[in-house]
Amino acid sequence: MPAFLTALNPGWLLILAGVVAIFLPMRRARQGIAIAAPLIGIALLAMADQNVNHLTASVMGMDLVLYRVDGLSFVFGLAFLIAALLNAIYAWHTDDRVQDGMALAYGGAAVAAAFCGDLMTLFIFWEITAVTSVFMVLGAGTRASYFASMRYLGVQILSGVLLLAGIAYVYKDTGGISLKVFENLAEPGALLIFIAFGIKAAFPFLHNWLQDSYPKASVVGAVVLSAFTTKLAVYACARMFPGQDALIWIGAIMTCFPVFFAVLENDLRKVLAYSTNNQIGFMICAIGVGTPLALNGAVAHAFADIMFKGLLFMSMGAVLYRTGTTKASELGGLYRSMPWTTVFCLVGAVSISAMPLFSAFVTKSMILSAVAHAGLPIIWLMLMFASAGVLEHSGIKIPYFAFFGHDSGRRVKEAPFNMLLAMGMAAFICIAIGIPAIVPGLGYEWLYNLLPYREEAMSYQPFTFEHILTQMQLLVLATFAFVVLKRFGLYPPEKPGTILDTDWAYRKVGFGMAKWLGTVWGKVGPAMTAVFFGITGRAYNRIEAAFSPRGELARGGLTGAMAIWTAALLGLVLLLAFVTVG
Amino acid sequence: MIEILLSSAPQWALMHAAPLLVMVPLMLAPLLALVPSGRVAWLVSVAATAISLVFALILLGIVQSPESGGAIRYAMGNWMPPLGIEFRIDALNAMILVLVTTIGLLASIMSYPTVLAEVRKEKTALFYSAFLACFAGLCGVASTGDAFNLFVFLEVSSISTYVLVALGASRDRRALHAAFNYLIMGTIGATFFIIGVGFLYAATGTLNMVDIASKLPALQGSRTVQAGFAFIVVGLGLKAAMWPLHQWLPNAYSYSPSFVTMFLSATATKVALYALIRFLFFVFSPTFAFEHAAFTALLMPVGIAAMVACSFQAVFQTDVRRVLAYSSVAQVGYMILGISVGTAAGLSAGLFHLLNHAMIKGALFMAVAGVVLTYKGTNIRDFAGLGRSAPWTMTAFAIAGLSLIGVPLTAGFQSKLQLGYALFEHGWWWAVILVVFSSFLAVIYVGRILEAVFFQPPVNPRKTHKEAPIVLLVPLWILALANIYFGITTEIPLGLARDAAAAAFGLEAFR
Repeated sequence: MPAFLTALNPGWLLILAGVVAIFLPMRRARQGIAIAAPLIGIALLAMADQNVNHLTASVMGMDLVLYRVDGLSFVFGLAFLIAALLNAIYAWHTDDRVQDGMALAYGGAAVAAAFCGDLMTLFIFWEITAVTSVFMVLGAGTRASYFASMRYLGVQILSGVLLLAGIAYVYKDTGGISLKVFENLAEPGALLIFIAFGIKAAFPFLHNWLQDSYPKASVVGAVVLSAFTTKLAVYACARMFPGQDALIWIGAIMTCFPVFFAVLENDLRKVLAYSTNNQIGFMICAIGVGTPLALNGAVAHAFADIMFKGLLFMSMGAVLYRTGTTKASELGGLYRSMPWTTVFCLVGAVSISAMPLFSAFVTKSMILSAVAHAGLPIIWLMLMFASAGVLEHSGIKIPYFAFFGHDSGRRVKEAPFNMLLAMGMAAFICIAIGIPAIVPGLGYEWLYNLLPYREEAMSYQPFTFEHILTQMQLLVLATFAFVVLKRFGLYPPEKPGTILDTDWAYRKVGFGMAKWLGTVWGKVGPAMTAVFFGITGRAYNRIEAAFSPRGELARGGLTGAMAIWTAALLGLVLLLAFVTVG
Repeated sequence: MIEILLSSAPQWALMHAAPLLVMVPLMLAPLLALVPSGRVAWLVSVAATAISLVFALILLGIVQSPESGGAIRYAMGNWMPPLGIEFRIDALNAMILVLVTTIGLLASIMSYPTVLAEVRKEKTALFYSAFLACFAGLCGVASTGDAFNLFVFLEVSSISTYVLVALGASRDRRALHAAFNYLIMGTIGATFFIIGVGFLYAATGTLNMVDIASKLPALQGSRTVQAGFAFIVVGLGLKAAMWPLHQWLPNAYSYSPSFVTMFLSATATKVALYALIRFLFFVFSPTFAFEHAAFTALLMPVGIAAMVACSFQAVFQTDVRRVLAYSSVAQVGYMILGISVGTAAGLSAGLFHLLNHAMIKGALFMAVAGVVLTYKGTNIRDFAGLGRSAPWTMTAFAIAGLSLIGVPLTAGFQSKLQLGYALFEHGWWWAVILVVFSSFLAVIYVGRILEAVFFQPPVNPRKTHKEAPIVLLVPLWILALANIYFGITTEIPLGLARDAAAAAFGLEAFR
């Protein structure tokens, strides 16, 4: 392979392709690029040597590592590239230059960030993901999505600024910007970086941007968004804060609290946004445990989550595309008209519920085992509760209210073929990495083989009697609970409305403040503007009076005035010479 | 290239390059007045300027070679100085000579179509005769080592310039008034200068510049020398359009034939500035000029006032040529500011800007000449929409305009950078702020023109695709590309300017 190809970060390839795509008016050529670029990226990645700095640069005394692959980043990079490919296929029926290009560049930035070897490069691509991803929300074109996208951008940029501040502090403190594990959160630099990651990973109380923006994104946009930003933050945490005790509790709380909101929520895409939160919680908790088994579990679960969460968002996107809504109260009975979408959604639902033979089972059981081995019973119980909750809101609620339940009477067409293809591919991956390794090296072993701690992963057995039994008990009882509650009418009915999360703090109070300030500004502003333009206007008139062709400087008999000037200058020079020399 | 020239040139050319450089155009000038055909006169003047350029390059090569000792001294008619007149070429005037002859050649190449269009036909040959005389005069000023001889050449160039400006009357009658004004002012300047030289002669008893320089240190405190100094500075300052003695310039530049404007803007004030530098640094020592006579206290405010006031005036002009004329005065302000620092770095920055500004204004006025030729008007309104109908001319104009602002990757940026370095080194950081402010004004006055050219619809929609003729476009693009080339590699012009500054200080050449 030529040298420049080995040094080519697949993420850069995608960003480049994205920039080209933005300016490419031919729709099919653009979409061809969007599909070809991730494929080439996967090929490049497969051939890249691990633990080698493929491309480095030195800028202003900082050693930047622009392309480096190792066991941890490989899985994330691969998952991002596969997601970019699925997204491109899923977007085939649309014709939106900005969305195509930005989606590609967004995925590319996430890949490039995963493969960088220093904080500065990480920061740059961190910001690129922020800026490019805004267009996913903006692409929906509604007024709500516009405001949501601006809030989203503000939060993302805030994360970037905190990261930069943290990097600056670390650089000043240690003189190095290489990626390293931060042990002590009490250092201001580490804390700033931690909060920056926390925003992107949607830690509790920093999570509102996610539920705010994802459900308002366009059909394709929500699918694209679900793959990259939060998983990149998970990667960054796994890279820099493994074994950080604070993460255990943060993760555990993250898994539990969205359950309540998700069960009450009516907008099914918002349910998925909460369930994203919940899944990230499992990963964060595992990173906090920090044993090889736990980290393997976190990485594997991130890979699996990108696939099944993408699949669920795709199926909801298809519903939105055909019916124009994802409100549970307006849907139901769609299995008749969208049978394939129903099947794929069910695959995603059982995957996320960790049904044996589907992807999350082999990944989540690692996390649960790791937590159990670490001797954290309370955390373990919280995660079990959250697993039941996942089944409740994502595993049952989403397919039930969208495709079964009471018939809404909607008779729509099946989703376009490209959507079905993308969903089918995602569903295939969900099943393929979930089944036992009947053929050695395939099934779940294929995924385990890629994990950073390979030996530990290969010696781990997901399909043991107790794992399956525990999981099946959980699933059966949770399903039973759903059925009973539904039967007796105790399950929260699907009602239209907005569930206010902690985001009321800025949605209501903040909005009120902004409105009040706006009123004040509306009164004071014109006065200030008048004063400002009064001053500048007078200054302009003054300058014009002096310098314009009819101005003071140009007046007077030309020759006479100049002769006087000459004499005056002569006098001045004589005087100067006279005074200083004499 | 210069090495090849030196090795291939015959011995007589190497020996007599200094006088031949001036004599060829000076002798051809009266002959041209007798030639009936304008075309022949044009070809002869192209040839004459080309020959002068060759000699200038030879002189530069000799001066740069180590065996010359940094200066060529040529005694006219073997009358030894200080009694006889000598031509003395060092790195300072070699640089000016190369500049003047290069611009002269490019200007005379592009001149023919515009002269045909703007000057009455029977006067074409006379016009070229005056041009060659002016050219020879400027070269003479830049070559001679004799103070009185410098006055003579200054008058040769000035008087022919008055004629050239007045010949613009067939296009615009106001040229006559401008020429008359210029004549009065120029004469005042020349008179001041000769009075100053008279004082120096009275004090030292010699007219040779090297000789005067050697005798002045003994005359410290002499009132006669101080008076001479004052008259010379004011006289040459007037010729160099030093603020506030610049008022002859805008009218002279805007009403003379386009070709004359182009030639004068790139050479005439530069040569006068050269003479000022020669006297300030070489004849009077920098110690005298800047420490004893506190000359910084005069030059620095004058330079800054020119930079700011004339940039403001340029902003409000409606005629493109007047915008550029006022901008020229402002640019002279930059050079004066550089000189007023009184250090080698400041002087070399000033000289560097002098070279770059010649390229910038040469290209700008050349493009304007092209527009006058094809579309007649010079008002900013007349330039509207020309970006579409004359893209080649206007692109070159835009490049030079950006260079005038000082956009990175252009020559103008480099010289402002050097000026900034010199000012900072001297601790005048506030002057750097003013330079930047003045550049901001340049953004406005250049931006106004470029906006009209590229973004406004044409006033007259019937304006068809009409470029300037090829003889104009080629020199124009040579200058425009030189602006970009010297904006990227500054080795050649900066080396010339540094050598020149070193020569003015009488130091060993430093690179």
